[in-house]
Amino acid sequence: MSEHVDGNSLAGPLSELFAVDLTTASARCLGCGDVSELARAMVYPDPAGHVVRCSQCDDVLMVVVQEPDSVCIELRGMTWLKVPR
Amino acid sequence: MSTLSERETRDAVPHRVGLWHAGVVVSTKTESPTGRSIVLDVPGWGGNIAGQHADLRLTAADGYQAVRSYSIASVSDGDRVELAVDRLPTGEVSPYLVDELRPGDQLELRGPLGGWFVWTPSLPGAVQLIGGGSGIVPLMAMIRSRTASGSDAPFRLLYSVRSPDDAFFRSELDTPTPGLDVTWLYTRVTPEGWGRSPGRITVDDLAESAFPASLSPAVFVCGPTGFVETVARALVALGHDPHKVKTERFGGA
Ligand SMILES: Cc1cc2nc3c(=O)[nH]c(=O)nc-3n(C[C@H](O)[C@H](O)[C@H](O)COP(=O)(O)OP(=O)(O)OC[C@H]3O[C@@H](n4cnc5c(N)ncnc54)[C@H](O)[C@@H]3O)c2cc1C
Ligand SMILES: [Zn+2]
Repeated sequence: MSEHVDGNSLAGPLSELFAVDLTTASARCLGCGDVSELARAMVYPDPAGHVVRCSQCDDVLMVVVQEPDSVCIELRGMTWLKVPR
Repeated sequence: MSTLSERETRDAVPHRVGLWHAGVVVSTKTESPTGRSIVLDVPGWGGNIAGQHADLRLTAADGYQAVRSYSIASVSDGDRVELAVDRLPTGEVSPYLVDELRPGDQLELRGPLGGWFVWTPSLPGAVQLIGGGSGIVPLMAMIRSRTASGSDAPFRLLYSVRSPDDAFFRSELDTPTPGLDVTWLYTRVTPEGWGRSPGRITVDDLAESAFPASLSPAVFVCGPTGFVETVARALVALGHDPHKVKTERFGGA
């Protein structure tokens, strides 16, 4: 899994934690201000989790780290996440 | 009649996603020299809309687990799920699914997943589908959903495959369907006397066979990551509104 996929692939891992589908939620990138659905982000799978990057500026939006007893979501690169009701 | 407490209500309606369901292989069908479709019965699945995928979990005898995503080719409100998988020679999971899985075998599935790369009959307007290789799978679900619902939304499909033998769902796609226009693109080998020489999809192919940007079609592009990114760039160059172009990357170069 060297090549990247996209935010659609986050639907499963995030469904372990959230009842709503976050791939349709819009995130604002802290780096460049772009607002896009999470599904449009670039996702770099890694045995330890997923690195999610902005499709416009490549900055890290979010990192999902799989730990033995928990899942850690680092939301370091987004100002906000808007979830449709 | 007593009313359910909040707790009971919550427990009575479990989240359909997030948990793993046991699925049983009902049948398999060879689609191409490297791919096959797999029909599963997944009690409690509860249906899916066109374009969604499932996560599949395999557990080895020693407890090692592997999870991969597969798009759903079928559309239903029941517990049947059809997948179609292409074998990557060096892959960990796909050779098993294509060569070894037998009816009666069990797999775990999570889903249906994803609410963005989807089409439902209630969406108005023309739809342009562009698939490369196994990227046809969610697009096939959209075509089936259109047919099943009696929708008259104009559909076009551009389907890029290595050779005529490599096409998934060939006979279904060759069956004429009013309002659905299918264009085949071959990257390595073409049928005899084929007008276009073999090669990867280009801006010219899109200009010639896809709905023009002036029609503002909803566009769905799916396949290997390189294919998807080439097509998405070409569509924007042709004037398509990036917001109307939805993409799903399967990975690979
Ligand atoms: C949302 C989503 C839906 C998907 N739907 C389908 C589907 O319907 N049908 C299907 O066959 N696959 C689909 N895939 C791809 C699938 O999840 C696996 O990546 C694929 O089956 C390879 O798994 P593997 O374990 O055999 O290979 P791995 O062991 O994971 O990888 C083997 C090698 O192949 C490369 N590789 C990975 N993917 C591809 C690719 N697509 N093309 C070329 N090289 C690649 C990797 O970089 C790696 O070097 C989907 C992926 C996503 C994210
Ligand atoms: Zn950015």
